[in-house]
Amino acid sequence: MNPVLDIDRIVPELILTCTGVLVMLIDATLPSAMVRRPLGWVAALGTTFALWASLWQLSLPQGTGFYGTVETSAFTVFFHVLICGIVLVALLLTLDTLPTDSHHQGEFYALIVFGAVGMCLLTSAVELLVVFIALEISSISTYILAGYRKSTARSPEAAIKYFLLGSFATGFLLYGIALIFGATGTTQVYEAARLIAFAPDRTFVVAGLGLMLIGILFKVSAAPFHIWTPDVYEGSPTPAVALMSTAPKAAAFALLLRVVYELFPTLHALWHPLLWAVAVLSMTVGNLAALRQQNVKRMLAYSSIAHAGYLLAAFAGLGTSGIAAAAFYTAAYAAMNVGIFAVITLVGGYDEARSMVEDYRGLIYRAPLLGCLLIFFLISLVGIPFTGGFFGKFYSFSAAVGGGAVVLAIIGLLNSGLAAAYYLRLALTAAQRPVASPEPSHPSAEIGVAVGAALLLSVAATLCLGIVPNEVLRAAESAAHTLQSPPGPGLNPAPTPGDLTEPPLRP
Amino acid sequence: MNSIDQSILTLLLLVPLAGAVLVALVPDRAKLPNWIALLTSLVTFGLTLHLPAHFVAGQSGFQFAVNRPWIERPAIFYHVGIDGLSIWLVVLVGLLAPVGVVASWNAIKERRKVFFALFLIQQTAMFGVFISLDLMLYYGFWELSLVPMAILIAMYGRKDGPKAATKFFLFTFIPSAPLLVAILWLYAKTGSFDLAYLQYWVASGALPAGALCWCALAFLFAFAVKVPVFPLHGWLADSFSEAPVALAMVIAGKLGLYSLLRFHIGLFPVQARAAAPYLVALAVIGILYGACLALAQRDFWRLLAFAALSHLSLIVLGLYGFTLIGSTGAVYQILSHGIADAALFLLLGWLYDSYATSQINAYGGLAAKLPRTATLFVIATLAMIGLPMLSGFIGEFLVLSSTFGGVSRSWASLATLGVILGAAYMLWLVQRLFYGSLSDLASSRRALDVGLGQLLILCPLAVLMLVLGLAPNVWLPTIQFGVHPPHARPAAFAQQDMVNLELNREVQR
Repeated sequence: MNPVLDIDRIVPELILTCTGVLVMLIDATLPSAMVRRPLGWVAALGTTFALWASLWQLSLPQGTGFYGTVETSAFTVFFHVLICGIVLVALLLTLDTLPTDSHHQGEFYALIVFGAVGMCLLTSAVELLVVFIALEISSISTYILAGYRKSTARSPEAAIKYFLLGSFATGFLLYGIALIFGATGTTQVYEAARLIAFAPDRTFVVAGLGLMLIGILFKVSAAPFHIWTPDVYEGSPTPAVALMSTAPKAAAFALLLRVVYELFPTLHALWHPLLWAVAVLSMTVGNLAALRQQNVKRMLAYSSIAHAGYLLAAFAGLGTSGIAAAAFYTAAYAAMNVGIFAVITLVGGYDEARSMVEDYRGLIYRAPLLGCLLIFFLISLVGIPFTGGFFGKFYSFSAAVGGGAVVLAIIGLLNSGLAAAYYLRLALTAAQRPVASPEPSHPSAEIGVAVGAALLLSVAATLCLGIVPNEVLRAAESAAHTLQSPPGPGLNPAPTPGDLTEPPLRP
Repeated sequence: MNSIDQSILTLLLLVPLAGAVLVALVPDRAKLPNWIALLTSLVTFGLTLHLPAHFVAGQSGFQFAVNRPWIERPAIFYHVGIDGLSIWLVVLVGLLAPVGVVASWNAIKERRKVFFALFLIQQTAMFGVFISLDLMLYYGFWELSLVPMAILIAMYGRKDGPKAATKFFLFTFIPSAPLLVAILWLYAKTGSFDLAYLQYWVASGALPAGALCWCALAFLFAFAVKVPVFPLHGWLADSFSEAPVALAMVIAGKLGLYSLLRFHIGLFPVQARAAAPYLVALAVIGILYGACLALAQRDFWRLLAFAALSHLSLIVLGLYGFTLIGSTGAVYQILSHGIADAALFLLLGWLYDSYATSQINAYGGLAAKLPRTATLFVIATLAMIGLPMLSGFIGEFLVLSSTFGGVSRSWASLATLGVILGAAYMLWLVQRLFYGSLSDLASSRRALDVGLGQLLILCPLAVLMLVLGLAPNVWLPTIQFGVHPPHARPAAFAQQDMVNLELNREVQR
């Protein structure tokens, strides 16, 4: 067997980084009058390669590289493919919807790709400092993307709000990491997990867990750390929201899975009720707030909070079933959410002239295809069978029932009934006959090649996850298995700093 | 078993779906979507006729069954099949599809593609409900059937479509949450979603009785809303007055009643028996309440809605009397009511298209202007109120006589009172619409009488009402065999003769 090189462990990240750098360099050398749109295709091509490289990583034996800091396993591949897929769809969406005269178009593509590097690294990092760096890489590019529409007041407001609250949350995470380091003397996840069991004073460990959870739950916009979400979604350019409501969340959920199941499996009794409560709170708060929203993006922001709650319900499941359900839900949620934001970008236009629920009245009469797609994605968000949304919820709640959290499942299903009310309001408004004679279809209703491909990809993904979910489910389950059985030290000997077998600190 | 028998049920699901995709792809020009939809629905109807032609009567168990794994974990199977209970319902859905297309031929003027595509998806969903034998598959089609309906009500609503659509959707969607939890609980306990397997488990007594009670209740609740049973009928009138005619004729009754019979009575016989006295009471209240409200309505859609509540309650009464005759009559009544209701909806839909109002008192004296419409309307009305020789009579008679003999005389008498009231409001409706002096509205506008194309669809329905009324024995044995649980089969045969005997006596009289 060929020895696995360290560099093999980070091929997708390398490809993405090179793509990003290439896009920035070309952007800088092109004369300023030239159209930057082809750069988007370069970025999309690079992302496709990264996606392919992630799939290739499946052939590697599970193990870590770079002194035990980066891992490849079925788990990392699952999330790499997911994130690359989302980024690809977001890039295709951006290609057709960003105004062509913008001089900063190149930056936009490069930032998306750099963000993807961070997100991918976040899912494969098994060293807490690398986790922190990856999180920063992905966050900083999303902060900038949020503020991209400089001409309006809302966009910079969104960026500043996101940046301030986001850095605060990252601070929590870093503090948590510091405490874990203090308690165990290492930041390598497997080492720390082993040593946590021996830690004589659990105060630091428990505090570390709490602080890290705060930081991560902020990133996945779970209540009560959700306050930033509606404002940021409303202000940011819609294609960027399509990305930031899915890809960073997928990465953050991967991190959450890794932290609770790999770093703190011994503290199950502690984080289990905490996540239970956060799940209930997120879905209830998200759905109740979404009921009253008139702005579509705000409504979907609250809906994404509720979906974070449904996803957290999977954490109540036992072992692999819970992890697999969470991973599957992340994929299903990403497919439908990217799709619906793509539709909203096309309906609203880049200037977001049409952003209220009322503006969607008669959409199916004005632009039948867009109207039908909007309703399709809304149906998936409601969780009607034969769409990805249904199986996502289904697995999540059956994992919860399997883990004995029947109450959580009932609360969740009642919540999804509640959620149907506001999704339906939008869907039925779009289906309603317009009062006045329908205005001639606006320019943005024309669907270009790139955005058409983006829509096709998300529709296909949503349908596949709803009708033939077996493959993805199998992938999610093998991901769950690798998370449950971390690589033994013999497989890929990684000289960890301070190779200790005894607990290091005895205060 | 040849290959067509193997794949016929799958074809039933796929043909309307393929038609929907085709409609979505062709340009919205002239009446192209209409023709494709008509062709698809006729082909589908033809396929449904294959079932009774090759159905082996008297063979227990499900026929034309296909059982293939679909999803590995949880173990969901693509398990479909039909028996005597569902076969005629499948044919009825197939029959109502071309009727629905013809009813929408001129009524739907905008976005025909969207309309017909969703209409055909609705067909697939309804077939799916009737043929699924795996609980998750069934649940999938059950939920799917809500979606096209809600969208079309919102799109083509007469006054406030979205409101009626939301009401309809939430009324059905929210009760299906407990249904899903109950299904998941059953799966957690038994490891299967398969109906026959679950029946075995539930009957074995290995599952805790208390939890089973809650499960049965969750099933009952979800289905009772869809029927609807008396206190849960809030969505009905709004949906009837807003839904396009083609969908209004399938919105109530069939799906819910079939589900009650198959998945409540069929899966939880003990719990259903325990709930029966309450359901009988609710059904009788529903019969009387619906009839009284129908008498007071000024709008003919709403009148039909409350009439439907009354008639559907009669069917519920038949189902929960737990007599063989009653259940058989109830299933027969589902078919009869489906056909008569469709005809009434068609005719009222055309009146609405011509005169743009559903206020009954705006009409009057139309019989002179529209003689053929009036005649057909009267036939459908008579079938609906249960005149002997027409379809409604057999079902009503079987249900009422079995209730009288097997359940309770007082409930049966009250239910009969409801049937008399039914005759009153329907005949009064006919009188107000078609007879009396010609109203201003009727004289001011020129309306076209039923044309050739419409006769082509209505005459078969009228003939069917007559045949259903005259020759019930074509259908009754199959239904009876399907309705009755296999373990009581010997008794069933004895009772079957009784049904025939009673019928013959009544027809002779």
